Amino acid sequence: MRKTTNQKAWWLVVPVLLLVAFNAFIPLMTVVNYSVQETFGNNAFFWEGVTWFEKVLRSERFHDSLLRQLLFTGMIISIEVPLGIAVALSMPRKGPWVSVCLVLMALPLLIPWNVVGAMWNIFALPDIGLLGYTLNSMGFDYNFTQQPVSAWMTTVVMDVWHWTSLVVLLCYAGLCSIPDAYYQAAHIDGASRWAVFRYIQLPKMKRVLTIAILLRFMDSFMIYTEPFVLTGGGPGNTTTFLSIDLVKIALGQFDLGPAAAMSLIYFLIVLLVCWVFYTVMMRNEEQ
Amino acid sequence: MAWTWPTAAFFIAVATSIVSMGVWEKFSPGGNPRRGIFGIDTTRGDRLFISWLGTGFINLGWLAFVGTPLWGALALAIGWFVFVFRKV
Repeated sequence: MRKTTNQKAWWLVVPVLLLVAFNAFIPLMTVVNYSVQETFGNNAFFWEGVTWFEKVLRSERFHDSLLRQLLFTGMIISIEVPLGIAVALSMPRKGPWVSVCLVLMALPLLIPWNVVGAMWNIFALPDIGLLGYTLNSMGFDYNFTQQPVSAWMTTVVMDVWHWTSLVVLLCYAGLCSIPDAYYQAAHIDGASRWAVFRYIQLPKMKRVLTIAILLRFMDSFMIYTEPFVLTGGGPGNTTTFLSIDLVKIALGQFDLGPAAAMSLIYFLIVLLVCWVFYTVMMRNEEQ
Repeated sequence: MAWTWPTAAFFIAVATSIVSMGVWEKFSPGGNPRRGIFGIDTTRGDRLFISWLGTGFINLGWLAFVGTPLWGALALAIGWFVFVFRKV
């Protein structure tokens, strides 16, 4: 039988290409163009070369916000991942409570970012918020609007509250995929609870955990709405993360050139991390 | 979109490098994954991506620690391309 060659199916890809062009390539090209020019509005642009990149890379402001961003991401990942694993391990695998637990876990994920920020803002207000008022009544000096440590704690706890569920649900899915035979074999061998976790559950969760860490890294590295609504980047600049700083430069100061250069540096960092995680994930899959 | 000739040249260079991968594979197949010195399996396309990504960081690093002009960074980037395509 002769096989006919027909390449017409490639046309089916065109809508996706157009969509990606409009929401990714064209904006990215615009940002690249802006990053090498200066504009004062009125659609007039002046060539600047790599001046903005040099300026951003050497500015203390950028170093500080990048450091804050990395610190925040490191903190929330080191809390959310172990906590997510612990919660997933303690969730029931069978029975009516499974649905209840899953729905409860999914609830924080369904709340929009700005609502989470507003909720925690009111919840943590030192004079009328339940959390702020309780902490102050207990003798703790807590005021997230004035104290950097309180602002950081509140931002981190808010993110942990909002996103640990994602890690829990991913880990739970990983745990549910382990066949009972593994546990039976471990039981026969007299394996301890720790040995079961270390040699059966953790290796089986490796893939979902990589996905969870990647997702949490990306989301937290690009976080904007929640800290913006909660603290507005303050007190001072203590919770001004990269994206908040970027918006301040681009829209607050209308410095489109430096903002575009900063966006591209930001984009390259995100791209590098994505590639590293993708490579690690593919290696895990092969193994 | 505020186009300039240098930015247009940059995007044309990126697009040309991607198209040339297709042409290379068509006339001289051999882009299957291979394991290089970093211990990761890469195809020709992967190596192109790693090269461009590295080039971005080389140029940013040069700007941060040395400054303009970028000729030194260009030489390093070309060296990085050759290294990645041969060894990675």
